[in-house]
Amino acid sequence: MAKQVKPVIFLMAEDDPDDRLLIREAFQESLISNSIYFVEDGVELLDYLRCQDKYANPSHAPTPDLILLDLNMPRKDGREALAEIKSDPKLRYIPVVVLTTSKAEEDIMRSYDIGAASFITKPVTFDGLVEAIKGLGQYWVQIVRLPANNTP
Amino acid sequence: MKYKSQSVTILIAEDDPDDCLLMEEVFRESSQGYNLVFVQDGIELFEYLRQQASYATSKSVKRPDLILLDLNMPRMDGLEALAEIKADPNLRSIPVVVLTMSSTEEDVLRTYELGGAGFIIKPANIEAMAEVVKVLNQYWFEVVELTR
Repeated sequence: MAKQVKPVIFLMAEDDPDDRLLIREAFQESLISNSIYFVEDGVELLDYLRCQDKYANPSHAPTPDLILLDLNMPRKDGREALAEIKSDPKLRYIPVVVLTTSKAEEDIMRSYDIGAASFITKPVTFDGLVEAIKGLGQYWVQIVRLPANNTP
Repeated sequence: MKYKSQSVTILIAEDDPDDCLLMEEVFRESSQGYNLVFVQDGIELFEYLRQQASYATSKSVKRPDLILLDLNMPRMDGLEALAEIKADPNLRSIPVVVLTMSSTEEDVLRTYELGGAGFIIKPANIEAMAEVVKVLNQYWFEVVELTR
């Protein structure tokens, strides 16, 4: 079984503060990783990944091993951000999992088409969310090997 | 269960017959009843996906929900096959998970750059393989939404 030497770093782009809180709590509850960082929209996500603007100091923005992406966000939505990440040679190796309230077939299809590694419809209950985050963690942290992350 | 077991198709590209047997056994024991399709290399993988050659007249060819891909295969290897799947507009929405003996850092990086949805080092014994298959099934068929 693939063991991660360093803790897996998650970065979540989510504009709703209540949802951010729920995700953080679900991560704590499911014990998969305490390394989760948040950005609030697609513009901030790309700033973070490219160490720009308020993320100019890379030590404040450790490169994520996995990105969790909401679809509906202001300024730059998840679809645009995903397309931009997947067309950037320096970023496209980072797996992006869409985590959204949408379950529209069109969103699912389009997300996979532009390079999402998976699409998860956010469960409506907290217990459901914890179960989903557990499943996510067991897959991406316990059995999958992610690229070596060379963040200092 | 999100999906009826009989409606789930997993396409496995694997040239080693012992590994195929092992996977078949593990999937069967996890009693999911999924439809497993084995192909032996990248060429046969595309014959299946595009319904060509021996699959041209077969009525049982179903679009897979998930592809498990070995890297080291004759004729067309896994990374070539992955690149071709992800370049094909009709196929690229199918998630592809690499399941291989290789563990070079370069293969891991290339897999994700090409659009792989996971890189798993193939466990050598049946217990570890059973654990991997359990987590894999749980994630892809209980947590994730797939294109249907």
